[in-house]
Amino acid sequence: MVKGRVAVLTGNDAIAEGAIVAGMRFFAGYPITPASEISHYCAEKLPKYGGKFIQMEDEIGSMAAIIGASMAGGKSMTSTSGPGFSLMQENLGFAIMAEVPCVVVDVMRFGPSQGVATVPAQADVMQARWGTHGDHPSITLALSTVKEAFELTVRAFNLAEKYRTPVILLSDATLSQMSEKVEIPDPDTLEIIDRKRATIDPAQFQPYEDDGSGICPFASYGNGYIWYTTGIVHDETGFPATSDPDKLTIQIDRLYDKINDNLEDIVQVEEYLIEDAEIVVVAYGSVARAAFAAADAARSDGIKVGVIKPITIWPFPEDAIKRVRERAKTVLVCEMNHGQLYWTVKEIVEGKAEMAFLGQYNGKLIKPDKILAVIKEVTAGVS
Amino acid sequence: MSDYFEVRLSGSGGQGMMLAGTFLAEAAGIYEDKYIVLCKSYGPEARGGACRSEVIISSDPIVYPEVQKPDLVLAMTQEACNKYHKDLKPGGIMIIDPEHVKNIPDTDIEVYEVPLTGIARDTVGNEITANVVALGALAAIVDWVSPEALKNAILDRTPKGTEELNKEAFDRGYNYIVEKDVQKSRTVV
Repeated sequence: MVKGRVAVLTGNDAIAEGAIVAGMRFFAGYPITPASEISHYCAEKLPKYGGKFIQMEDEIGSMAAIIGASMAGGKSMTSTSGPGFSLMQENLGFAIMAEVPCVVVDVMRFGPSQGVATVPAQADVMQARWGTHGDHPSITLALSTVKEAFELTVRAFNLAEKYRTPVILLSDATLSQMSEKVEIPDPDTLEIIDRKRATIDPAQFQPYEDDGSGICPFASYGNGYIWYTTGIVHDETGFPATSDPDKLTIQIDRLYDKINDNLEDIVQVEEYLIEDAEIVVVAYGSVARAAFAAADAARSDGIKVGVIKPITIWPFPEDAIKRVRERAKTVLVCEMNHGQLYWTVKEIVEGKAEMAFLGQYNGKLIKPDKILAVIKEVTAGVS
Repeated sequence: MSDYFEVRLSGSGGQGMMLAGTFLAEAAGIYEDKYIVLCKSYGPEARGGACRSEVIISSDPIVYPEVQKPDLVLAMTQEACNKYHKDLKPGGIMIIDPEHVKNIPDTDIEVYEVPLTGIARDTVGNEITANVVALGALAAIVDWVSPEALKNAILDRTPKGTEELNKEAFDRGYNYIVEKDVQKSRTVV
């Protein structure tokens, strides 16, 4: 229900609403629990904004369709859950290679395979990083509140447009079905970024010519610019360039550099009570909310606990961990999986603090009490 | 944390527990400017399966989004009553429909027996309004959501032509508590 600027929305609805506000006018998807409501919302609302909704034959087609829509100049999105996200990986790689801005939402459910459709997990974190083959960067954001579902979807489109790359949004079954109150901001107050467009004479246009910023200006198909694109390694002309070893390296470097040179802009992290924290909990998505509650409870028991919540999961906020690794006695990673970001954090901690892990994979959101119990165990162990 | 309330509305598919949760969340969130979280859970059945909606209402931002120790439970089936009374805070409130709940747990809770389905069927004239009767009763029992806000939220989603029916259902539930002063069967361990 949207009433004026105040809305009570589910996580799924807020993603769809955020996308529309960001300017998304093309959605292609295939229904899957617990992501289907994003499709429903777009099917109902997009036509009212002159947009298009299409239910594709599957997730392979959905990903292909949003790539096509984006190359025709529009902002596009698809949404799915684990099984569908697997099917999207091949075309996701194409979007990375051909530098096609788009947003892919994965509402994580229990896996692998069909797993359990209706319960949450956070087990697609590494798939968001490395699901498609080959060397490539990933921009992936994790959502933990309905407010973030709205705001970070807008941000996902901005990042996609700015860096000409697909951006992945990771939600989960808990957030997707849960409603919270959101203040819908006046669209005029929001920063909405549109991709840099080619202004050069079409006859001179080279589709993958870096203008010095690391990002190639984009020309929509159908606007007088005639160009070729491919998932094959290509040079600035867009045509395959597979026999020149240097060009292979240049292509991969360019894909990485446009992200790695802008980490300050891309990486976002929320830190809570970490200044004097002896135990730093690293948690993201819905689980971060349990971590905040556990930190409050631990503090009232006199245990100095802080929380680092990566909002940008990929590229991982390394610096945030590096800032605390020497001061904290223990870094505790909590996630709804068998251990995924744990290994990333452990690598960054480099043995400078003790590592602890709470992984829960039973289809339930981790409770604050459970995190608090681990905090107390850790405290008993280190004191 | 005093201005922080957890509610669980539980019954079986078809009794309107999901919609009742939506009404309550929108009443507090939109009409009373509180922070809210609404979670719904149900089995695969459209009718008859156990289902519940849960609402947190708070004057501060809500950190952990799931109900853990409800202040109030509405139980529209014996199964829901058996399952959820244990989660209630000590001294918490349970509203039951005696037509569906025969065995009342003998613990430290306040139990309100309100013939929700009976009022809906016999007085209002439509059994499916039992969920709105329940919200009327809830509004008369607690002071953390106002009857006006709840009515507004209900009417926002009421199909045309059923406004009077829903208003009546709400008022009948509300008045049942006010007039009969039905706080009863409080059992203390």
